[in-house]
Amino acid sequence: MTWTWFHRLGSPPHVYRLAGRLTPWFAWSAGLLIVAGLFGGLVLAPPDYQQGNGFRIIYVHAPTAWLSLMVYTWMGMAAAVGLIWRIKVAHAVAAACAPVGASFTAVALATGSLFGKPMWGTWWVWTPRLTSELLLLFLYLGYMGLRASFDDTQRADRASAVLAVVGIVNVPIVHYSVVWWNDLHQASSITLTGKDTIATSMLVPLLVSLLGFSLYFGAVLLVRLRAEILRRERAAAWIREALA
Amino acid sequence: MAARLVIARDLKLAFRRPEQLLHPLAFFVLVTTLFPLSVGPESSILRTLAPGALWVAALLAALLALDFLFRDDAQDGTLEQYALSGQSLTWLLLGKTAAHWLLTGVPLSVMAPLMGYTLGVPGRASVGIILTVALGSLALSFIGSIGAALTLGARRGGMLLAILILPLAAPILIFGSKATELAIRGETYVAPMELLGAIVVLSFTLAPLAAAAAVRISLE
Repeated sequence: MTWTWFHRLGSPPHVYRLAGRLTPWFAWSAGLLIVAGLFGGLVLAPPDYQQGNGFRIIYVHAPTAWLSLMVYTWMGMAAAVGLIWRIKVAHAVAAACAPVGASFTAVALATGSLFGKPMWGTWWVWTPRLTSELLLLFLYLGYMGLRASFDDTQRADRASAVLAVVGIVNVPIVHYSVVWWNDLHQASSITLTGKDTIATSMLVPLLVSLLGFSLYFGAVLLVRLRAEILRRERAAAWIREALA
Repeated sequence: MAARLVIARDLKLAFRRPEQLLHPLAFFVLVTTLFPLSVGPESSILRTLAPGALWVAALLAALLALDFLFRDDAQDGTLEQYALSGQSLTWLLLGKTAAHWLLTGVPLSVMAPLMGYTLGVPGRASVGIILTVALGSLALSFIGSIGAALTLGARRGGMLLAILILPLAAPILIFGSKATELAIRGETYVAPMELLGAIVVLSFTLAPLAAAAAVRISLE
């Protein structure tokens, strides 16, 4: 088996073209799956016996909350790859991840707060899970702030990569906070091991929606990655050919 | 060995310029004073607020002090010489960070029970408060050294440093104020202290590596 396809991922022009070709696939499948997931969740799934129709926000809340952590992991891994092997494209991926991840975190906080008002009677409570999600938002903002405070792209890349790798410590803390400090926030309904505590008619749309949102992340990441590569390689000759 | 020399040098420099030692302490005292001024002198409320107030004030004071950790040495080229010296930069930064803790964390932890006393904390909690603040500020110095190194080349370093470090320092605040609260109530505070100790060990082993990487990036 040859690894040329893998090595070519380090080349900006190749990644630029590849990302351009893949974007429509990700975008269309994301659109279809999100529409299907939301239709299944908002129309087909039965109301919850306890939370009524209010539970339906999980079809947006759970995927965004899950992705807020997932994107951070991606960002940290891309940053580590860029730091260790000095691959420019990896730094561009990390830079493209941050605003998307921050948006997912903000949406997860906002939808959670909309759910909290009717269910818990308050927009905000200082429970570990909410607090650590808020801290995650600040980690994203700090990462973007650090990146913005350097004029030189390479130094910004490497300094923010160190921060992303250090910050990845926080991702398991957020994830396991439910297990460690069992609090007002309900425990996860879906686990890889053991029995799920959610009915199949509610679970299937959630998984479809989760997959849809993940593909949406992929599509947005590819578009941002292309913009990031264009910005970084603006002096290169291949850009003129690519844009011609 | 080289790390010990760095500690001795930093201590000597700090004692020749004592404002570096006194400013964080003055800041800590002032911030703690703001609590009675803002919530009123009611002693029962102040006693409930005391662990949180002491920890937030100590955290902010230590954070402000972190801004000096590498800045002077970066400006006069000392850090560059450290990086070129052939000694392990990780060990040298470990020494610098340890010196920084001796100069800010230890004085803050000694001052904390005094300020706690003004907030109505009984004197018997003093040992507990000193131990928890000392341990917590040690962890904060190590974690903060990463932020201080990262913001060396950045514009508007000080504010950015706070935004980078405070989210990462949240567990220190949680376990530290919990331990202080237990100490004030006269209960055993071993469990949160052990968690603080775990954070210290983790940051002691990993943070100097990350800080050395960050210093190298700033020297490029």
